[in-house]
Amino acid sequence: MRAFAELIDRLIYTRSRNSKLALIADYLRQTPDPDRGWALAALTGELDLKTVKSSQIKAMADERFDPLLFRMSRDYVGDTAETVALMWQEPVGGVPAEDDLSVSTVIDLLADTSRAKAPQLLAGLMDRLDANGRYALLKLASGGMRVGVSARLAKTAVAQAFELNVDDVEEVWHALSPPYAELFAWGEGKTARPDPEGTPYFRPFMLAHPLEETRVDLADYAAEWKWDGIRVQIVGTHGSVRLYSRGGDDITASFPDIAEAFAADGVVDGELLVRGDVQGGEAASFNALQQRLGRKTVTAKMRKDFPAFVRLYDILIEGDQDVRALPWTERRARLEAFVPALDQGRFDISQLIPAESYDQLATIREGARDAAIEGVMLKRKDSPYIAGRKTGLWYKWKRDPLNADCVMMYAQRGSGKRSSVYSDYTFGCWTEDDELLPVGKAYSGFTDEELKMLDRFVRQNTVNRFGPVREVEKTMVLEVAFDSIHDSKRHKSGLAMRFPRISRIRTDKPADEADRIATLKRMVT
Amino acid sequence: MPAENWIEPHPTGIYVKPCDAWIDPSTPRPRALVTHGHADHARGGHGAVWATPETLSIMGLRYGVGAEGNAMPYGEEVDLGGGVIASYHPAGHVLGSAQILLQHDGERVVVTGDYKRRADPTCPPFEVVPCDVLITEATFGLPVFKHPDTAEEVAKLLEARAANPDRCILVGAYALGKAQRVIGELRDAGYHETIYLHGALEKMCRLYEELGVDLGPLALVADQEKADLKGCIVLAPPGALNDRWSRRLPDPVTAMASGWMRVRQRARQRNVELPLVISDHADWDELTQTIEDVAPREIWVTHGREDALVHWCSMRQMKARALAMVGREDEDD
Repeated sequence: MRAFAELIDRLIYTRSRNSKLALIADYLRQTPDPDRGWALAALTGELDLKTVKSSQIKAMADERFDPLLFRMSRDYVGDTAETVALMWQEPVGGVPAEDDLSVSTVIDLLADTSRAKAPQLLAGLMDRLDANGRYALLKLASGGMRVGVSARLAKTAVAQAFELNVDDVEEVWHALSPPYAELFAWGEGKTARPDPEGTPYFRPFMLAHPLEETRVDLADYAAEWKWDGIRVQIVGTHGSVRLYSRGGDDITASFPDIAEAFAADGVVDGELLVRGDVQGGEAASFNALQQRLGRKTVTAKMRKDFPAFVRLYDILIEGDQDVRALPWTERRARLEAFVPALDQGRFDISQLIPAESYDQLATIREGARDAAIEGVMLKRKDSPYIAGRKTGLWYKWKRDPLNADCVMMYAQRGSGKRSSVYSDYTFGCWTEDDELLPVGKAYSGFTDEELKMLDRFVRQNTVNRFGPVREVEKTMVLEVAFDSIHDSKRHKSGLAMRFPRISRIRTDKPADEADRIATLKRMVT
Repeated sequence: MPAENWIEPHPTGIYVKPCDAWIDPSTPRPRALVTHGHADHARGGHGAVWATPETLSIMGLRYGVGAEGNAMPYGEEVDLGGGVIASYHPAGHVLGSAQILLQHDGERVVVTGDYKRRADPTCPPFEVVPCDVLITEATFGLPVFKHPDTAEEVAKLLEARAANPDRCILVGAYALGKAQRVIGELRDAGYHETIYLHGALEKMCRLYEELGVDLGPLALVADQEKADLKGCIVLAPPGALNDRWSRRLPDPVTAMASGWMRVRQRARQRNVELPLVISDHADWDELTQTIEDVAPREIWVTHGREDALVHWCSMRQMKARALAMVGREDEDD
């Protein structure tokens, strides 16, 4: 555990991407199997020990610590695993220095236990580790390392460690499972590349650049709507189906309704959306989709209340023919022929926008206020389907954000590295009776300097405390940008913003000149 | 007479009524008893000041002459009037730091100021002073704060230096106390190379040496060429770590010596690559150990995370209360 704990610790303190890559690559080269494979699984979020959840860690903490001291400590530190690791009373005589547990020993022990016995087993392991080791153990056991390393970055480190192509690593990835012995054997040149054929493996997505200052000629580019869901890739091979998110994560378990309905061989690219009743079966806003995200299991009620469907953009593999090298127009024609054979309730095709000119397209884009539209995509008609972001082929042209001047009402400390800073703000607008009602919450959009200023404002203008929440003097006007705003029954103001962020701090503006709820209602889509 | 009848905690300091004097007042007072030289305890503008000779020198350096200084060597008693006898005892926090013992009408009250229990090469160790009422700090008053062995932290610093011959190690350390302690600990660990200083640390280091603390070879960063600082250890106040000033250094590894470095996210907030848990305050175990060692009738907690320490006392049937003090910013560790 010592080398793994050190890796985790150094990743936490290292900011630069290249240094992180170098740290992980060094670890993977120097650590034997199967430890390195388990560590890699932990970093890519694919280690799922069913026996240890945060409730087992909490149970262990309750056994050992005074509840009030634990709660105060947890509030200060902002992370349960770290709090437990730091508070842990080391056994008399200290931690045995020679006795280093291997990562795989820990995994084997935890995998073999039951949920009921896990807290006791974990406690025994804690007694054999120092503070850093305990932290690494708890993070490993409960999943979610939070060391600023995405699955993609970890895979890039694998590529770097063994001089492989990262897209090749990505392609074989889902055909392998922890602790990835075949992957390292291939990396070290002992065996050939594992062959993913016959398994529903992931192909890297083609991505778009923001349009910004560029103007494109619609003779060369096709325009289609950019839908506000999540990009997915559906892979069907010999009756098995997988759904992958943009980062290559397997999200099949969250969307069984889609996987079951995809009865075809091929690989398609599309936007996962949820159907909304109010719009006559059209795509609902992102709010509705959020109900379905990040779930490992889905109840029948969830499936019924928030039925998912996929709006298809592109086709990568048709049957067993790889069509990625063909121009977009050709792939589009094949996609149009492919879609009708699919379940019409679950799959449709993203319509092209019939714009003659760039200016006409701009007008159409301006007028679009459909809740599920995020903007416009522009795709070069002769573009092949290429992994990653290649200049000049695809552009995304997002809708301009909406704005409102709101008044800060409450603030809360952030989590993680912001655990000592008031960085989460609830803000409101005025009713007809000159009452402030909350309309949203934001925790981004400001610079570090502005954050310092806002934090100071909160501390100096607190009028009330409700647990971790501080109510502040209603004097700070924040200009909030958001992608769209919707009716909501959950909030007293009846409104919910999509992706609100602080765009400016309006210290120049008196609070009573902030916007009214009625103004926001007129922006509802 | 019970302490609450003659000692009044105020947000701006502790008032000792019979002798009309304030302990560590945050606003100018005619008569001030000062525990140590940190700015949140020692302010300028007082009429008369009672402090250890070292603390008076430190205040002189920071605020110039002005206040009438009454030197209080450790262990000597002075009659402050009104039946109050005061004496100063080592607190082990920084050079000159003291706990103040007040005796009045058969009652003994100790104000710890800031303190620590572990060894420090730059100041005499904390002394347990028996008393009826212990007025203690609680900067690191949560059980997550357990400072590791100082030697291990210094070893980490030396390892980082050895592993990065083309970079320098930039250590953030407060100008009074921490900077000299880090230098002293490095010397004790056998590091005798020149240590380079940010200009803001120079005067205090020089004063320490005048007061008899040997810090070994020191030089200013300003006098060096960038390339010559490769493989060197550089000390700067924490504010300079991410400041433009650090651009004159060869690709520094940013370190910070502070008890707060125990919590990962605190270290990350400071952009620290190499956190060094070296603290001049008592950690949780030292705070609780001290309460047990002193075994007072009552515990008053001045500043820091006082709730947890008060709760710990109440679990052990000890009478404890939290005092609401302002202006004690505990970031100086």
